[in-house]
Amino acid sequence: MLQIRNLKCYYGGIRALSGVSLSVSRGELVALIGANGAGKSTLLQAICGLSSSWEGEILFDGKSLAGLKPPAIVARGVSMVPEGRLIFPPLSVLDNLKLGAYLRYRQRDHVGVSQDLEKILDLFPVLRERSKQNAGTLSGGEQQMLAVGRSLMANPKFLLLDEPSMGLAPLVVRKIFDTLVQLRETGLTILIVEQNAQAALEIADRGYVLETGRMVLAGEASQLLADKEVKRAYLGKDYSKFYEGRG
Amino acid sequence: MVFTLFAAVIICTGAALEGDYYHEQLLTFIGIFTLLAVGLNMLMGYAGQISLGHAAFYGIGAYTTGALTVHLQWSPWASLPCALIMAGVIAYIVGKPTLKLSGYYLGMGTLGFGMIMHVLFREWTTITGGPNGLVGIPSLSLWGLDLSTGRNYLYVVWGCVLLTFFICDRLVNSRVGRALRAIHYSEQAASAVGVDTAKAKLQVFVFSAVVAALAGFLYAHMVMFISPGTFTFLASVKLVAMVVIGGMASIWGALLGATFLTLLPEHLSVFADYEMIIYGGILMGVMIFLPQGLTRGVLDIYEKFRAKRKGTVED
Repeated sequence: MLQIRNLKCYYGGIRALSGVSLSVSRGELVALIGANGAGKSTLLQAICGLSSSWEGEILFDGKSLAGLKPPAIVARGVSMVPEGRLIFPPLSVLDNLKLGAYLRYRQRDHVGVSQDLEKILDLFPVLRERSKQNAGTLSGGEQQMLAVGRSLMANPKFLLLDEPSMGLAPLVVRKIFDTLVQLRETGLTILIVEQNAQAALEIADRGYVLETGRMVLAGEASQLLADKEVKRAYLGKDYSKFYEGRG
Repeated sequence: MVFTLFAAVIICTGAALEGDYYHEQLLTFIGIFTLLAVGLNMLMGYAGQISLGHAAFYGIGAYTTGALTVHLQWSPWASLPCALIMAGVIAYIVGKPTLKLSGYYLGMGTLGFGMIMHVLFREWTTITGGPNGLVGIPSLSLWGLDLSTGRNYLYVVWGCVLLTFFICDRLVNSRVGRALRAIHYSEQAASAVGVDTAKAKLQVFVFSAVVAALAGFLYAHMVMFISPGTFTFLASVKLVAMVVIGGMASIWGALLGATFLTLLPEHLSVFADYEMIIYGGILMGVMIFLPQGLTRGVLDIYEKFRAKRKGTVED
């Protein structure tokens, strides 16, 4: 569904990605992990058209996304849950969700939108309870649910998530990740970008590891979870032993 | 529902003021400023884009109809669409590059545009009459009915206000309004959900320019004389003040702000030399004590009062 070949991205004068390749097949849940500054968000912004200074090839459903603006990419069926959620705090929860379906309202797909709205409110009942409230009054976890719900309102074929676990309690992270598994079962293709390697790899089919702009590892999620390098770098296994030994 | 009530209030006020020329005219002016403020509020309050040159579009509306009716003897009803289209087209041309700017920079860009237009109104003597102004603009009449009398014109202006309010209300509560509020908060996030932010900003800019041109048209045919002094930078600032004082992102805020800032100088004239000091002081006071503007501020006070009363009843 998504193929990226030899992608190079620039952040001003700095090269944030130097020749990254990645692919996601239909129905897959793929995790992209890496530390701060590895270039994960840059990669997502390139896919969504939020950054246009990239070289290489990004194909979605066999067609290039080069030169397209974000709205055109959303119209193709790619929807992103941005880093830091970026919900619209002064707007009500309901208006936030409706904004996710902006392009579909324009196509006069009112019936489809209201059906999806019901589905999403069923998926996240807490959003139904708070539908009239300003989004800014929600807790962090609820805001993340809202951000996911808003992305789903675009009725995407492909969902991108940028650090959905950021700043959330482990229990909330679990809940959101469970939802992602549920969504994958309905046939949605998902790419999740995470620092929380453990949580992401546990639900993913496959994983990629990005380090300072290069793809250093790729493979089945279970393999990556067992990989010594990944353990050392992202799961902090030997560090915990180290500290426990001292305690 | 609210609009029917509003219409009723206008009709009753008009009837009550029968023959009171001063108040009729004052109320008509409030209507014209309300139009300007509500258009600007769509741009500033909802979409969060600052315009410090809005008086230019007000002037474009007034001068277009003025020039066409005075020099070419057109009927005002034929010049009305020309005035609106002229403002819309100029807004499109100006907005296309300037709306790429944001915050202070957009303010500077629109400020520059406003100044250029003001110079044009003053110096393009053959068309605009230059600093002496344009004299002899005809008054409005429709099917033999003279609309220029105090009460009739008041109804014409407030009819336009009502219509604009209705359109704005529909816009605000639609897909477009949600998109504008999203842009206000974060353009990138709005873009990520699929809003074409450049297009939406340009559309609301053109819309507010057209509304301002309508106000300019009504103004020109009311006073029948226009001069560049009406469309200066200070006029633009006054419009911004109306939006801010009334309350951003509120249609009724524009009405309150325009009313407040039009009535205030009238009632302060008793202070003679101290008028401007008191005027400035009141504006500062409003902003200090009701930073969200009059609409929100009054609503907050009402809610607090109600909560308090509820509290005492329960005790």
